[in-house]
Order: sequence, then structure tokens, then C-alpha cells
Amino acid sequence: MIQSFKMALRSISGNKFRAFLTMLGIIIGVMALVILVSLVNGATSTVTDTIAELGSDLVSVTISDDKGSPITLDLLQSWMDEDGIGLTAAYGSTSVTGKYDATSSTVTVYGTTASYLDIQGLTLLLGRFLKTTDVDNNNYICVLNETAASTLVGYTDCVGEEIALDGLKFTVVGIIEDDDSSVSSLLSSGDSLIAYIPYTTLLRLSSTVSTSITSFYVSAEEGSDMDTAAAAVTALLLARFDEDEDAFTVSSSNVMEDAMSSVTSILAVLLGGIAAISLVVGGIGIMNIMLVTVTERTREIGIRKAIGASRGMILQQFLLESVVLCMLGCAIGIFLSWGILQIISVVVSSLSVSFSMEWNVVMIAVVFCFAIGVVFGLYPANKAAKLAPIDALHYGG
Amino acid sequence: MIDMKEITRVYQVGGEKVYALNKASLYIDKGEFVSIIGPSGSGKSTLMNIMGCLDIADAGEYLLDDIPIEDYSENELAQIRNRKIGFVFQSFNLISKLSSEENVELPLIYQKVKAAERKRRVAEALARVGLENRAKHLPTQLSGGQQQRVAIARAIVTQPSLVLADEPTGNLDSKTSEEIMTLFHELHEQGNTIVLITHNDEVARQASRMVRIRDGRLTEVEA
Repeated sequence: MIQSFKMALRSISGNKFRAFLTMLGIIIGVMALVILVSLVNGATSTVTDTIAELGSDLVSVTISDDKGSPITLDLLQSWMDEDGIGLTAAYGSTSVTGKYDATSSTVTVYGTTASYLDIQGLTLLLGRFLKTTDVDNNNYICVLNETAASTLVGYTDCVGEEIALDGLKFTVVGIIEDDDSSVSSLLSSGDSLIAYIPYTTLLRLSSTVSTSITSFYVSAEEGSDMDTAAAAVTALLLARFDEDEDAFTVSSSNVMEDAMSSVTSILAVLLGGIAAISLVVGGIGIMNIMLVTVTERTREIGIRKAIGASRGMILQQFLLESVVLCMLGCAIGIFLSWGILQIISVVVSSLSVSFSMEWNVVMIAVVFCFAIGVVFGLYPANKAAKLAPIDALHYGG
Repeated sequence: MIDMKEITRVYQVGGEKVYALNKASLYIDKGEFVSIIGPSGSGKSTLMNIMGCLDIADAGEYLLDDIPIEDYSENELAQIRNRKIGFVFQSFNLISKLSSEENVELPLIYQKVKAAERKRRVAEALARVGLENRAKHLPTQLSGGQQQRVAIARAIVTQPSLVLADEPTGNLDSKTSEEIMTLFHELHEQGNTIVLITHNDEVARQASRMVRIRDGRLTEVEA
């Protein structure tokens, strides 16, 4: 075996340029496979990480048809005690004109409850957030985000000031830190003016928001995951709406992650498949050259058989040569892909996307190349092994 | 040792039967040096192929060391060739990519002899043909006579029952031919059984026994 291995290496190194051209197909195929799949995986992990950072700890529910049994604040409050559900926060929004002295600006107003702060993971900068009593008493208080405070009032430290929202006076009780990575800031334009007011107060401000809650957030219970929370809230809603699945939608950012990763894994398989085709084409090149090699070395095969090589030994020799050729091509291809991925990483380093070589792809490439070496080497090697010794000996002289 | 009984080998040439060997019988004892002489087309090569277990007779019986050759498969014949026969060809038939040493080593590799043992026996065989200082040379770096010596070393390295030489001096000048023949004599004196096939009377006469082949039949030639 070691002897055959040495012989295979020698026979390949005896004709380096031809060996290189033969391997080129494999090299390009391996590079295509490794680079494409690594790029897709790199992009995928970056995108899914971004999605995960957006707060994968909340489920958002939208009701489209309450079937005559509306969701109320009290009901949501009671759902917080259900298994799997952590906090719930109803919310509605409207767009109003905010005024302070002579300044006026469009403000997005969220009517919600006390638990909104924790569910959304907002950070309170100054003062306090909404309290349950504020909601119970329809208090005219609001919590502004930094942008709203500095744009409307003129400075951030404005707790205690009074602003007007569509003519109604609200006392500012707290300031929320601007959060660039939250879902809302990602979906809306970055520097919007936001005011949080009690849900009950919003009912007075907007005609489109009703006591029947149409949207709310749910967070997972401590020690439980989002899927459990989503399942729990889905079960509650189904029970309430006569098992009508179309009356509401429950979506968690997990769903987004799953959708994203399924799209990208399809993409990876697709690109990998294309790369695999080029590997197969490379394999055909190997077979072609091996057939030429067998013809060229017919006499050598005859000599070997005359001095006692069995069929198996000849088969092994040529098969090994084909496999070694493929594996060399594979190694060169992997090495080049590594280099190219390094270069790509440097070029796009500003994008904070990491394109590292995926070891499972490398393993697939190695196994695939080995299989190609065997499959496409088998026919030529078998042809060599079956040569009759006398015919081979007298070949070409 | 070699016992051929009424060996017949027929080829179909354009629908016509050609008897390359026609009931040829031959007995060669251990340690003999026999030459088989005949013009081209006399069936020499066919006889050599059958004797060397490269080909199987259509009829008749061939016993090599009491082994009936007809009963064996291709792979078993390869093994028999490997262990019992050493070939020396007219055109040397060395593998050009391998050095002298490696060419001589090849039959031992096929015999699965251990590396250290191989090394020892290769050195010994090369020494016997006087090429111990050409071990690392490639065939192309050697003269015709030296290449044939390497081929002889390869033939004897397995200590075969029979050294089968097919026109071993056919491609060599007369001086080198003499050297090669001297080598065969030495091998004979060391106890090797040698069968030398040639069309050259002068070469054939050097053997201790001469057999003439004509139209596929063998006849003894009195010395």
C-alpha cells in the first residue's frame, strides 16, 4: 500500500504540468464549493445575529377580529399568571402634533401599560415609566424618548415640563434612552419622536384605538422560551375566539430567524449543488487523463503482470493514482479558498461580516473529492487491471 | 521440473486455423541450461508464453514443478509467475520511471516481502550481475548491456525455479552479448535452470542442450 502510494506520487510528479491541468477542474470545483458555502453561511450568521439582537424575547400579537369577546387590559393582566407567559403589554399608536412653547413637531404616541418597559427592554434615563395606576386613572402623563425631549422641549432633562399632544396637556414624567437596535427603531426611521402614554389615555387621543385591544406584546416566563410563550398565548386566543386561527396572528422574532435561516440554507444547498456539478466535471477530466495514462502505460502494466502483479494490485495502483490526484487537487483548492476568504474578509471588514472557512464544508469537499477519485478512477483502473499480460507486453513493440 | 506433454496452441487467422504449437512435448530437468532455437514464425514466442505462464495451451498438459498450469486462474498464474519464473526479455522491459534498485525490487513487493529483507536481496541480486554501483540509476542512464543485467537481476531476485530468456542478446552488440552469455553461464553454474529462446545458432550452441522448434514441433539437436 505504501509502495503503491509512493508509485502514484512519483507517476504524478513525473508529469507535473499535466497533473496540474488535470487537477484544475477539481481545484476550481472545491474552491467554488468552499467559498460559496462559506460566504452564504457567513452572511447568514451575521443576519441571524442581527435579528436575534433585536429582542428575540418577545411575541407580538395582532387581533384582526375579536368575535365579540374583546381583549381587555384586565384580561391581559390576568394572562400574566398563565404558564409560559411572563409579561403582557397592550399597545396602540397614533401620530399627533406635539407642542411646547412655540415648538411643534409630529410625535408618535404609544399608548401602553407599565410592563412595556421591561418587555421591550427599554432603558429609563430620567424619572419614571408609566405605572398601573396611571393606566387605571387615565392620567395625562407621558414618557418621552431622548429625541422627542431634545427636539420638542429643547433639552433632555425635562421631567416635570408640560407638553401638548393634539392640544391635550401631558406632564413629562420620564425620559427613555434612544435605542438604535430595537425593532421599532429599525422599522421606523431612526430619529423619530416618541411619547409613551397610558393606554387608557390614548383612547381619548385617538379615535382609531378602542377599548378592545388589537395588538399586544407577550414576553416569555422566567426560565421558559419564546416558543412556549407563543404556544401559550396561541392556546388562550384560540379558546377565546372559537378556535378561529384567522382571527389573530402571533409572531415572534424566532419565526423571523427560522424563516431567514431556512432561506439561507436553501441558498447554501443550491450554491453547493452548482459547485458540486463543477466538481463532477473535474472528475470527468480525471477519468479522461487516467484513461490516457493507462494506454500510455500498457507496456508497463504488461511488465508488472509478467513479473507477478495480480489484477488487484494493478487496480489498486491506478485507483490510488486517481485518488491521490483528486485529493491533491482538493488540498490545493481548500488552501486557495482559505486565502481568498481571508482576502474577502479584509476587503469587507467594514461590514462586520465574518467569512471564515466552514469546517463542515471542508469535510464535505474532502469526502466528495475522495468519492470522485474512486468513482472516476475505477473504470480506467479496471481497464488496466483487465489487460492480458501478453497483449500488454507486446504493445507498441 | 518442466514437463510439457503434447502442447497445442491454435490461433484463428482470418477464419483459418494456424497451429503455433502442434503437440509439442518437452522435458527439462532442474539445473539444466537449454536453448530453444527456431526461425521467426516457428512458434518460439508461443512456447515461451506458455512456458512462462503468460498464456494457456488449448490442449496438452504443462506441469511446472508438478503443478498443472491449466487449472489456475489469472491471479493464481500471476502468483506462479511471480514465485517460479524470472523473465528476461529482448527489449529489457524495465520500468523507465524506476531506478535499477526499484525495478529489481518490484517482484519482491508483489511477493509482499518485508522492506529490510527486500533491500538485502536486491543488493545481493545487483551484486551478482555486477551492478552494485548502479543501484540508483534510471534505465535511461544505463547502457543496453547494463539494462539487461538489471533485468537479469530482477529475474533472479525471487530465486525462481526457471529463468526464461527470450532473445536476451537480440538488442545487444556482440561484445555485450558475450558478457550477458557469460552471466547466464555463471547463473547456470550457481544452479539456476535456464531456458534461452533464440534464433541465433551461435548463442544457442552455448547452452548445454539445444532444442529446435519448427512449425510448432520440437526436436532435440545433438551436440
